[in-house]
Amino acid sequence: MEALKQRYTYLFHSTKGLVLVAIALIALETVFFGMLSGPMAELGVRDVWVRITGMQLHPLEREARIIMLYHTIAMAVVAIEVYFITGLLKMSDRQRANINATITVGYITAMIFGMWFAYFGRNFIMHGLFIFGQSLVFFAGVMLAVALWPWKPEYRLPEDSPYAKLGTLDLERLAFWVMAVATLGSAIYGAAAGANFGNGFELFLAEDTIREVEKTKLELAVIGHLHIMLTLIAVAIMLIVGRWVDFKGRLHTIYAWLTIIGTLIITAGVWIIVVYRAIAHIIINVGSLPVLLAAFLLTYFTWRKLVRVGLAKRGLTPDQASFGQKLRAMLHDPLPWGATWQMIYMNAVVTAIGIFLAVRLDEEVRKWPWREERVTLTGHWHILAGIIATIILLYYADLAGLKGRARRWFGWTVIIASDIAFAAVSLFATKRLYVSESQQQPLVNWTMWLTDAGLFLVLLMLGLLMVWRLVDLFKGEGRWKHELEHPELDVFGKEVEA
Amino acid sequence: MMRPISFSKPLILIALLFLLSGVGCTAQAAPASSPPTFDTGIDPNAWVQVPAGEFLMGLHNHEVMVAHDYEIMVTHVTNTQFAAFLNEALADGSIKQTEAGVVGYYPGDPFDGYKHEEKIEAGDWLLFPVNHPDARIRQENGAFVVLPGYENHPATMMTWFGARAYCEYYGWRLPTEEEWEKAARGEDGRAYPWGDEIDESNANYYKSHDPFERPNTPGDTTPVGFYNGKSYNGFQTMNSPSPYGLYDMAGNVWQWTSDDPPKTHLRYLKGGSFMDYAYNLRSWTRNSASPEYFSIAVGFRCAR
Repeated sequence: MEALKQRYTYLFHSTKGLVLVAIALIALETVFFGMLSGPMAELGVRDVWVRITGMQLHPLEREARIIMLYHTIAMAVVAIEVYFITGLLKMSDRQRANINATITVGYITAMIFGMWFAYFGRNFIMHGLFIFGQSLVFFAGVMLAVALWPWKPEYRLPEDSPYAKLGTLDLERLAFWVMAVATLGSAIYGAAAGANFGNGFELFLAEDTIREVEKTKLELAVIGHLHIMLTLIAVAIMLIVGRWVDFKGRLHTIYAWLTIIGTLIITAGVWIIVVYRAIAHIIINVGSLPVLLAAFLLTYFTWRKLVRVGLAKRGLTPDQASFGQKLRAMLHDPLPWGATWQMIYMNAVVTAIGIFLAVRLDEEVRKWPWREERVTLTGHWHILAGIIATIILLYYADLAGLKGRARRWFGWTVIIASDIAFAAVSLFATKRLYVSESQQQPLVNWTMWLTDAGLFLVLLMLGLLMVWRLVDLFKGEGRWKHELEHPELDVFGKEVEA
Repeated sequence: MMRPISFSKPLILIALLFLLSGVGCTAQAAPASSPPTFDTGIDPNAWVQVPAGEFLMGLHNHEVMVAHDYEIMVTHVTNTQFAAFLNEALADGSIKQTEAGVVGYYPGDPFDGYKHEEKIEAGDWLLFPVNHPDARIRQENGAFVVLPGYENHPATMMTWFGARAYCEYYGWRLPTEEEWEKAARGEDGRAYPWGDEIDESNANYYKSHDPFERPNTPGDTTPVGFYNGKSYNGFQTMNSPSPYGLYDMAGNVWQWTSDDPPKTHLRYLKGGSFMDYAYNLRSWTRNSASPEYFSIAVGFRCAR
């Protein structure tokens, strides 16, 4: 009994345990419902899976099912980011426990009962619990915003602190707080539309309305909601990685300001879309630039630190090392390198393609059929969501204690396989630029193959990581015990710098 | 002595695995060849009447009134029918041929000056590109002929102007989106013309394994009325008409409708095609394209 209690305490009271549970649940949900995807339907797996599980898939409810599926995964991802934040930033133990407990109950309730309602019958008690779970996640967010309040005296920084500050105000903490408050406000945007469901609002997938000129205010609120939530989840993981690599110094101040200003402008741009659609996109684009620059600064700092740490492990200083040695040192640890590389790579497969398609909208995209434009949109945000997921995974692998060869194999496989998949999706989504419909199949085949193979390898790495940690839970003195006794989240390179 | 860092080993191995396993996936598209020939027994010259009345339209099943009776073709317009139109209309001067292809007059759409709005002015517009490599209708010695085996397949590669010109030439018109959807799903809110379930025996969609699919192609059209309960060389179909007896209202090729949506002028396409996953065949699914657009996956039928 004591053994079970200890493991329960680890899984549901420690940051690393909570993150492990959330990643495992997302992995299970992905595998379970991934069986319904296009490639699985082509292989005939989908039909068998539906029969075995007893899913009820009425074609009229497909959009509703997908929306609920997105929401349950998003809730779990938000929970993971909240665990990281409560683990990395100063707050009282009571606040930390309350926030983590509330969001855990919230996302698990939303996930279980939401999926039950969506795929296994229409029991409205289940739907009520889905809404209740999401409400708990929101309430946990309110508590987080309170806990992050950066003007509290104990969170002030000393005069000689190397971290970003305005006077003694911790600017990075302010950036976290701005992100949290913006997320809460943006969640209300979606909730407002949802609250009007059946009372003037009808659900829809945003990509299905891209060519509808007239949109209601509630529809605009939903479109704004989904864009800003994904953006803020991306901002949050950038800030979390900044803590992981212990970003500090002069660049840290610029980074913090850029993040705060960018987050505020993007959020304002999205919120304004309901009342003043005409200039909303301009505001959003203006706000995106500082956030992208902040990610570049974080990457620059991380890669320089990787060089220092990599060389120090071999008894060298940057002054003594050749360019090749520095390069090798920079790449010696794929986890922090990959987490920041993915932020840069995002510019190629998300930002650049988005800008190109926007610029060529009338000349190219609107000449294509709607369904083709729809593919570019879904590809666009799936890649961004996928990139965020890989960054979380790389950070968690570090927290989980992957070392040596396993760490390198895991890291490089996740980076290379996911990036090949994202590149292949980008090519697939923009295929009409290079190939006609009748000639497209070879391109479709190999881009789909690379996408499936890449994602399979990432999921395989995730699966192996989960199995490793599952096996560990059966050991009396496993890693879990150590993590329970040492709950702090380690900073990358701390031992070398010390 | 610095110990070599072994990051490169996994990196190179993973890259090699990808490269090696991708080798077999770059084959070129199979050359076009005659498809198997089947007589479906469904008459492409047949029409059915759809009575006036309310029906459930769209994803959210809104009650919509179609206030008039109308007739609509039982099948898509076939290659044989469209080739005959091109020959007849060119001969009597209703349409003409230019370097760009067959063109015809269209009086233009009202222009609202909206952002991203396409300007469709009065004048001659492309109806059908002549001798396009993807077309099943070729011009030989001045006459339009159908590639062997494709006679009873739906005509494709016509623009919206071409579809409209065909219908108007015979005194008919394209159906509106409302008329099309009512004809497809009847009045009871079903998702597909035959009901709420779909499988490979109901319709021609992406990877539905019909006898016309070939490797390294996105699929191909099936003869009109193919999914009528007959067996074709062992491929058993289910009789899948709409409640009013129309065939191919889901899958095969998208169908142009007549609506001119203001502020965009992108014409609606309905029904899904052999290039789309099954969920795109749901009757309310809306696709759209510029009226100048033509495709191997787009055809039409007329109403009157």
